[in-house]
Amino acid sequence: MMHSIPGRRIIMVVFLFFLLLPIYWLVNMSFKTNTEIVTTMTLWPHQPTLANYKRIFTDESWYSGYINSLQYVILNTFLSISFALPAAYAFSRYRFLGDKHLFFWLLSNRMAPAAVFALPFFNLYSALNLFDTPWAVALAHCLFNVPLAVWILEGFVSSVPREIDETAFLDGYSFPRFFIKILVPLIASGIGVAAFFCFMFSWVELLLARTLTSVNAKPIAATMTRTVSAAGVDWGLLAAAGVLTIIPGALVIWFVRNYIARGFALGRV
Amino acid sequence: MEKVVNQKAWFLVLPVFLIVAFSAVLPLMTVVNYSVQDTFGNNQFFWNGVGWFKELLDPSTDLGGRFLASLGRNLLFSAIILAIEVPLGIVVALSMPRHGWPVAVCLVILALPLLIPWNVVGTIWQIFGRPDIGLMGYVFNSLGFNYNYVSNDIDAWFTVILMDVWHWTSLVALLCYAGLKSIPDAYYQAAQIDGASRWAVFKAIQLPKMNRVLLIAVLLRFMDSFMIYTEPFVVTGGGPGNSTTFVSIELVKIALGQFDLGKAAALSLVYNLVILIVCWLFYTVMTNAGSERPPKEGVA
Repeated sequence: MMHSIPGRRIIMVVFLFFLLLPIYWLVNMSFKTNTEIVTTMTLWPHQPTLANYKRIFTDESWYSGYINSLQYVILNTFLSISFALPAAYAFSRYRFLGDKHLFFWLLSNRMAPAAVFALPFFNLYSALNLFDTPWAVALAHCLFNVPLAVWILEGFVSSVPREIDETAFLDGYSFPRFFIKILVPLIASGIGVAAFFCFMFSWVELLLARTLTSVNAKPIAATMTRTVSAAGVDWGLLAAAGVLTIIPGALVIWFVRNYIARGFALGRV
Repeated sequence: MEKVVNQKAWFLVLPVFLIVAFSAVLPLMTVVNYSVQDTFGNNQFFWNGVGWFKELLDPSTDLGGRFLASLGRNLLFSAIILAIEVPLGIVVALSMPRHGWPVAVCLVILALPLLIPWNVVGTIWQIFGRPDIGLMGYVFNSLGFNYNYVSNDIDAWFTVILMDVWHWTSLVALLCYAGLKSIPDAYYQAAQIDGASRWAVFKAIQLPKMNRVLLIAVLLRFMDSFMIYTEPFVVTGGGPGNSTTFVSIELVKIALGQFDLGKAAALSLVYNLVILIVCWLFYTVMTNAGSERPPKEGVA
């Protein structure tokens, strides 16, 4: 067990402190009144207030932003995983015409800048009457999430021995039944990891989400720009909204914490 | 593992192929279509051939000047953050606690910045860095540095880079940690018997074992830093002047701000091509550098 270096505790503590400090500052601001934010520099709220949070939870456009975001994120995660699973199995088990080229082409979509696609997506989804629905954003995010899901799941499927497939087929399992009854439970943790990644990238992306929505499906992160008014920025409200957008991510991390490291290696180490 | 040749596998891949083609090929064709045309508005387009591409690659024109300048800035930015995040990520991964609850705590905190929406990351650093209300800006100014990312180029760059290091070093660290975890204890025991130094252990065991995950880390970090848009846009808005205007920001300005579709489309294509080429270069160089074993099937 030598995978450690001298002074590792200090390095770790300093680094974690560096990660947490800006987040602490955001949380700190969210409990302050705007007068306190602008006039004094205080390390913790001297007159703590919940007014900022209260405004968010009583204003419908704020919490509908949350629901919109969660809608397209969950939809996208579901779409990505269900499309990617059979493909991952095919890439892992079979050789077929153009398989390697197809795989690289899929991955190359992960490298396409969202800014390139913003305008064509706008045209495409307007033409299909999907503009300003969660479907538009969910489908648009498939561009980078499906390739990633295929990549991750392929690694996990490959770690399942081929003999299991063969035994199942000998036992008279049909392909769909084998897939659902045997393969999916075996790679459940891999599906969890892939879902985590799809959730993450769909949740944090904003450029496409904002381009493809206007009123009805506006994501929470875009709603935040409303805190800038003629009178300047409402810093307290902005900070409170920021804190609230961190919470879903933090919850997801907590649930999958044991898989995080493995997932980041995309199941292929 | 031997793979069986089976053309029917295409049926399994077909859904993915269709959905990605729908969201990649169709829009890309639109882009190609725009890139060779010009418009006077009213949806009337006429053929412009390679005109936009010529203008784009000629630094003396307005478009070319802006594109090449932003491309240069973006390359510099990617180079700097890779030079900081990769070594730092390795060090952090090597500093992970060994077992017990500290591991879970470290993992959760490390992963936290990765799950914050990108514009909120921008907001966090805006609030943190402002000289009037931000802790960092306030501390720097109290220490006698005249720090203000809104008006000073160097300060703006410093803020954007620090923000990216804050946001993404964890990704490199977690990847490396996953790589380190896969090293069997027997390797370390053998090294101990040989009396190998820490540095030797790192160079001979840990680094080669991390080779694959490092490749993924470098590729992901390069792609994402080269496509960066939201975070610097929220913090600096591309300024002061144009000093932090990266390619994506320039592209959105041209496409959605000025509605110059032809120029924007030509820029998009060249931009996408640059990313593909650089990723391919990284991939080739890095897989050749540490190739005692051939890369696994199906990676590319």
